[in-house]
Amino acid sequence: MLTLDGLHIRQGSFELKADLSIGQGRKVAVIGPSGAGKSTLLGALGGFVDIVAGRMICAGEDMAKAPPGARPIAMLFQDNNMFPHLTIRQNVGLGLRSNLRLSAKDEQQVQTAIDRVGLSGLEGRRPAALSGGQQSRAALARVLVQNKPLLLLDEPFAALGPALRQEMLDLVKDLVAETGATLLMVTHAPEDVARIADDVVFVDEGRAQAPVPAAELMANPPPALRAYLGS
Amino acid sequence: MAQRAQPISGSAGAVAGSFVIAAVLAAFVGIALRAEPGAGLGPAEWQAVRFTVVQAALSALISVLLAVPLARALARRQMPGRRMLITLLGAPFILPVIVAVLGLLAIFGRNGWVNLALDALGLPTVSIYGLHGVVLAHVFFNLPLATRLLLQGWQSIPAERFRLAAQLDLPPWMVFRSLEMPMLLRILPGAAALIFVICLTSFAVALTLGGGPRATTIELAIYQAFRFDFDLAKAAWLSVVQLVLAGGAAGIALWMIPQIPLTGGLDRPVRRWDAKGGGQRVLDVLAILLGSAFLLLPLVSVALSGLAGLEAVPASVWRSAGVSLWVAGLSVCVLLILALPLAGWIATRARGSVEAIGLLGLSASPLMIGTGWFILINPIADPVSLSLPVTAVVNALMALPFALRILVPVLRETLDSQGRLCLTLGMQGWAAWVWVLLPRARPQIGFAAGLTGALSVGDLGVIALFADPDRTTLPLQMYRLMGAYQTEAAAGAALILLSMALAIFWLCDKGGRYSAHA
Repeated sequence: MLTLDGLHIRQGSFELKADLSIGQGRKVAVIGPSGAGKSTLLGALGGFVDIVAGRMICAGEDMAKAPPGARPIAMLFQDNNMFPHLTIRQNVGLGLRSNLRLSAKDEQQVQTAIDRVGLSGLEGRRPAALSGGQQSRAALARVLVQNKPLLLLDEPFAALGPALRQEMLDLVKDLVAETGATLLMVTHAPEDVARIADDVVFVDEGRAQAPVPAAELMANPPPALRAYLGS
Repeated sequence: MAQRAQPISGSAGAVAGSFVIAAVLAAFVGIALRAEPGAGLGPAEWQAVRFTVVQAALSALISVLLAVPLARALARRQMPGRRMLITLLGAPFILPVIVAVLGLLAIFGRNGWVNLALDALGLPTVSIYGLHGVVLAHVFFNLPLATRLLLQGWQSIPAERFRLAAQLDLPPWMVFRSLEMPMLLRILPGAAALIFVICLTSFAVALTLGGGPRATTIELAIYQAFRFDFDLAKAAWLSVVQLVLAGGAAGIALWMIPQIPLTGGLDRPVRRWDAKGGGQRVLDVLAILLGSAFLLLPLVSVALSGLAGLEAVPASVWRSAGVSLWVAGLSVCVLLILALPLAGWIATRARGSVEAIGLLGLSASPLMIGTGWFILINPIADPVSLSLPVTAVVNALMALPFALRILVPVLRETLDSQGRLCLTLGMQGWAAWVWVLLPRARPQIGFAAGLTGALSVGDLGVIALFADPDRTTLPLQMYRLMGAYQTEAAAGAALILLSMALAIFWLCDKGGRYSAHA
């Protein structure tokens, strides 16, 4: 579904290379030490970090040259996932129509997504009037209406407490199961990997390694990963 | 990382920027066409150059020197009304010059309060006309600016240093030398340079309080060559001199001119442990009292005599008030059309380009631009019929540097924090402007529009060059009433003008902030 072919990213003196392939509908955790380039990898996929060479084939097409909005990707960042001056309904609606010209059918779809993530009745509020967990739910409602084949999560739930974060991961798991999207998520926590991931991409020393089945890897981590996990 | 892609393109901004440069260049071309070699400058013109430099230097010097005790008192005293006084220090930005002049006349004029007092004491009276009047008015306008700049300087001294000074029990002189003196040496030259450049292109003050061979600025000389002699060659030569002088001064001062504090954040007093002594306290109270009296009394007198004069106001004043409103509205529209795309464009680029544009605006004088355009328009159309739109456009150009200073930071911040989100959602160009940038920047847009509207409605500049009796703005009409010694009507007009400027600013500023969401 996603193939990174000779991908080479350079940011100043930082370099990252990736040659890997991820199957349709897989849920992949991207782990690695701080500063290894996990967010940079997702940034390159999203179109925010320049690549020096290589191809990024997603859904059969090389998207390396496409602008961020034209890629078959929905992405949530660490923060700023909502426009604070717009209502939840408008924020979700932007996932469907970037000019917010919503038909009655679109409105219905937006409402359905809001209901699906459990925010019924809150659609008229602005993000600041919602709790952290509710804001995450709203962002996921937008991901739902965006209906893109690839979902990138760059630690959007990092600021939530452990229980809330697990709740969100369960919701993400359900949503990608419903839409059939492929998931790529950055995480620091081994328990997140156990909870949601089929595969793990380990990023270290300038390389994003090919995905390995999560259970297998976590049960028997190679030395570098063992050093990172500290167990 | 944000440099790669942006939700808004720079093309609209580039078009707006080109228009601004073309507008200024067109004025240069017009001037160059008429500044025939050989015509040159006579002794009267050289006298104007000398006077311009002398009055600007004196105004700058006196403004910053008086600002030191006032800013120091405001920085270290906590008292009722302090916040309001500091807000008022921002008022000269939107105060029509002609209104302030009328207020100053009421205090320092021939029958003003000061002279009445001097007379009662049997002392010789003073005249406000000439060099000292021009300097007085410039100090009135720039003392608040200098005070705000210095207040900023005082607040840049970390509170911990004052705590340390208190711990060491340093005497006042040592506190001054070790903490305040270095800051003053850093800020004062820049503040003086800024005020010097501003006063070089002063017109309305010189028009009303100067004049005659001994007190004519270059800007005023351009006007006189234009209006009285219709000597376009002389006006063009004077414009060249003005450009060289103001542009040169701005260029030389480029490295030392500070940021003009346009917005709040100055009302935070720093807790001080020193300066508890009686002498220091008396000095501070005196500085604040004298400073506020100097700044407030002229405005109070405008309000008082204006209320009395409202009945004497002729219909022509109300007509010209309508004209002024129209000009101000047009000016705000032109400004927003230019400033928004330009600010967006600047916000997507690396820092640093804003200051240059700001200085271009400071050094290009309105009358110079007006003269250039007049020369270009004259063969094609009747410039008088275009006087109002031309005034509106020139006003917008003059307000542009300030508007950019207000708009660029908020647009940059919005693009930094929400640009990526816009891009992943495919919101580009129009959609990003309508749904993200404009709503986020609305308070700043309102503030910039308010400043521009107030500046434009009170401006007495280009309109004086072009105007005829049918197309008169309120400031010009007020000037004519003053010239015809219709004192009461002029006072009434001044109050109307002042109210209009304040109302425009207030409406735009409040409108921008109304139900705005952070």
